[in-house]
Amino acid sequence: MRRDVFQAIADPTRRAIIALIALQALTPNAIAENFNTTRQSVSKHLRILTECELVKQEQQGREIYYSLQIEKMKEIDKWLEQYRKIWETRFNQLDKVLSTMKKQKK
Amino acid sequence: MNNNSPFELTVDKSIKTVFINMEFDAPLSMVWDAFTKQEILDQWYAPKPMMSRTKYMDFKVGGQRFYAMVSPEGEERWGIQKYTSITPKTNFKMFNAFADKDENPQLPGSDWDLNFSEQNEGTKVSITIYNESIDRMEGLLEGFKIGFTMTYENLKDLLAGSLVKS
Repeated sequence: MRRDVFQAIADPTRRAIIALIALQALTPNAIAENFNTTRQSVSKHLRILTECELVKQEQQGREIYYSLQIEKMKEIDKWLEQYRKIWETRFNQLDKVLSTMKKQKK
Repeated sequence: MNNNSPFELTVDKSIKTVFINMEFDAPLSMVWDAFTKQEILDQWYAPKPMMSRTKYMDFKVGGQRFYAMVSPEGEERWGIQKYTSITPKTNFKMFNAFADKDENPQLPGSDWDLNFSEQNEGTKVSITIYNESIDRMEGLLEGFKIGFTMTYENLKDLLAGSLVKS
């Protein structure tokens, strides 16, 4: 299955994980402590987030730390910005149409 | 869009739902017509340089609009909007999906809820778009990307042309 950033943030647990590791890099165990779910389930979410390249792993001694890839989060912003632009253009055009209609009515 | 008519576009946390608000400096009945009559819709619905071409539109519950977004090169991206509820000059709801040229919808689609109300001698329009699947979100821009790229290409051609001339 194709994974992308949108997939990643569609799930509430994954959003919570993102919020958590945005503050600091954490080990899977430390992340799991914050959730009422199994370690396996957290691992699964971390795997998906890694596949989406939203988080990166770093080996420090015997532990693996997960941290956020800020650049990837910006993709969502970019997408939103483009979508907003489409609607702005659309509504600008509608404004023009409406003002023409008003003139014709007078 | 003038400065005193706020335009807002926000999404919920999962970005599955998009909220759009806009105020227009025109009477409610006119804005309602602009959203519900094919000849007016086609004048503004596609962001330039794309064109909106409605093949047919039957604005009634159970009816639908079958339309294409057409790129400057004539490339068509078809869509279907199926009307599920209509309260004249107040609200309508529709199911929106991309389609092929033979009117076969490409699921998943999105549910649209459009509200119209009088505000400050103008008209307020609030649109909620609920996307059935997150996979769809990226696809939403695809049709338009053709448009964006095209504008960029046009610009490049234009610049190249001016260089040749000078």
